[in-house]
Amino acid sequence: MRPALRLAALILGLSLSALTHAQTDDIQNINRLVKQGQHAQALDRVNQYLATRPRDAQGRFLKGLILAEQNKVADAIDVFSKLTQDYPELPEPYNNLAVLYAGQGQYEKARQSLEMSIRTHPSYATAYENLGDVYTKLASQSYDKALQLDSSNTAAKTKLSLVRELISGVTRPPRLSARGEPVKPGEAARPTAIAAAPASNSTESKPAVETKAAAETKPAAAKAPEAQSEKAGTPEDAIKTVHAWAAAWAKKDVDAYLAFYAPDFKTPKGEPRGAWEKGRRQRILAPKHIEVSVDAVKVKTIDGSSATVSFRQRYRSDTIKADSGKTLVMVRVSGKWLIQQERVGN
Amino acid sequence: MNPNLRALLLAFVVLATSIPSVAKSIRPEPETSTDVLLNHAFEEIAGQRFTAALGDIEALLRIRPNFRLAHLIKGDLLLAKVRPLATLGDAPNAPADRIVDLREEAVARLRAHRQRPAEGQIPRYLLQLLPEQKYAIVVDTGRSRLYLFQNEGGTPRFVEDYYISSGKRGAVKLREGDEKTPIGVYHVTSSLPRKKLSDFYGNGAFPINYPNEWDRRQGRNGSGIWLHGTPSNTYSRPPRASNGCVVLSNPDLDALTKFLQIGLTPVIISEAVEWLSTEDWNAERKTFLNAIEKWRGDWESRDTDRYLDHYARNFASKDENLAAWSRHKRQVNSSKSWIKVGVSNVSLFRSPGKEDMMVVTFDQDYRSNNLSNVMKKRQYWLNEGGRWRIVYEGAA
Repeated sequence: MRPALRLAALILGLSLSALTHAQTDDIQNINRLVKQGQHAQALDRVNQYLATRPRDAQGRFLKGLILAEQNKVADAIDVFSKLTQDYPELPEPYNNLAVLYAGQGQYEKARQSLEMSIRTHPSYATAYENLGDVYTKLASQSYDKALQLDSSNTAAKTKLSLVRELISGVTRPPRLSARGEPVKPGEAARPTAIAAAPASNSTESKPAVETKAAAETKPAAAKAPEAQSEKAGTPEDAIKTVHAWAAAWAKKDVDAYLAFYAPDFKTPKGEPRGAWEKGRRQRILAPKHIEVSVDAVKVKTIDGSSATVSFRQRYRSDTIKADSGKTLVMVRVSGKWLIQQERVGN
Repeated sequence: MNPNLRALLLAFVVLATSIPSVAKSIRPEPETSTDVLLNHAFEEIAGQRFTAALGDIEALLRIRPNFRLAHLIKGDLLLAKVRPLATLGDAPNAPADRIVDLREEAVARLRAHRQRPAEGQIPRYLLQLLPEQKYAIVVDTGRSRLYLFQNEGGTPRFVEDYYISSGKRGAVKLREGDEKTPIGVYHVTSSLPRKKLSDFYGNGAFPINYPNEWDRRQGRNGSGIWLHGTPSNTYSRPPRASNGCVVLSNPDLDALTKFLQIGLTPVIISEAVEWLSTEDWNAERKTFLNAIEKWRGDWESRDTDRYLDHYARNFASKDENLAAWSRHKRQVNSSKSWIKVGVSNVSLFRSPGKEDMMVVTFDQDYRSNNLSNVMKKRQYWLNEGGRWRIVYEGAA
């Protein structure tokens, strides 16, 4: 398998609201130059942009991408590497650093960077895909050492394809990180708060992933969040949300699943949100398959901004069977029902 | 659990659990030894702690960067994160023979770690060492292992053991070029330092005296059987890899070098080492020392028939068969009015292999009314229907 590493083209983790319109315009213009292949000009512009805001993550990230496209690998590594130091909570710089390391054949460093990327952002699909490629490459290197195979030819091919990937990686439509919501640096993940906010070049970006995921799950969940108004939630919406939640869980679509939990969700053991999410992710991804079905869904109480919903939950995985009653306390956030409490029993 | 790891786990568990551990063993290995770390990684895999296993393997590779087996396992652990593995060493396009070699090495190393010789057990071969023979080596080609023993007041005490490679086509060398390792009682004859050797022999080489007197009598030929190290491009070689030599990793060879005495250190090579309890070992030793004492007494008695009864029908010295030897001894003995035979500094080894054979070496102090002679002598004794008889005798 030939590693085809993907560069993250955008920092999604930056709060766009923090940028002025002028800044947004600047960034979009530079982006446009990059896409037109005018790298030298783009670099000039981004340097101008950074002259007045040297710490600006979005600008530095763009600069790193431009340098990578210009094949100034060492410079690009320097830019992304400093970004990871200044913004350790952003997964994208780690990812791109990894891609550049991989391009140099430094797969062990690439692996470490990607593992960091995933640690900062467990749902970052691009990093997962890249990490898979890096694992494959590392495995093949280990096998070559074990079996004394001369893989120098294939190694060269790998490198070439990486260079192509670097160029194409930034010209393709930007990929959303799996969770899809912007997060301010240093701020705890808030699954839904700004879910509908577009990424910087909004014309090309898709709706946030959880919307898409929900739309794909079931017809019942087809009513995407952005289509919903801020009006008070109905019992029907609450029931549909429960079905969509179960469907995301059964699909092992962890990001969509986690997006059903309110920012102030009370974790079962009072653990930090991050730890709880990590635990859920592991539990959901571990089995080969999961079946979750809910029936007898009843809205017990509802007042437009909160609801209590009870149902029978039937859970099957390759290792566990469990049937139980469950109660969800739901709250209305940004026009959606989200889970604030989850407990077993009715 | 990551489903990709199921098959891998299965392969490792089958390998690992097919080798049960022995409860009480002689002296544990050092914690940092290759086999201890390797075994630890296998245990982590069996316990489904794959990240820890990868950590173990990486730690092992830091101290043994050319350890191919560890690279293979690392490849498996990494690839299993991406796709399901069918078997241990699931490298795409892997040459099957090399995978088989590495699997065999894994089995040999795990088995050696888990089935250590029991405490108090002594290889049947080391019946008596000379006081100046500080150490003795016993090689088990079947288990790919070399055992080092220290001479503690005549009793061999286990010191250390090492993974080894031996002949491509197994053991019992007969002919030049048969790619087999000889089986028998040998000793280290010289030391060849690294700078006199090509890289292939690693950090040094210690030739042994194959073919010995008995091998020659049996018409076995070939030469250049050495204990030696490993080329710099690998930490170790597969269990069956050499042209007949016994090959150690360079660190192991370096460790062993400190104990070897040129011309003295015994190297007993067996296909399957037999271990005895101290009592049984003592009994064997006494039985045989008695046989030698009987031979010595009968020689002193000048009763030539009794003396000659210790020699086998197919006896031969370097230049005489039994008939010639008998004639010669009868003639010599007839001129004696007294004979005194002193036997001292006896080393005694049972020879591994099909024949029930002992190799004894001693200082012989022969005195008589008309001739005295001191020499170092070696005899090969063969058990013929319960009676030990000499099949070869000559200067050592």
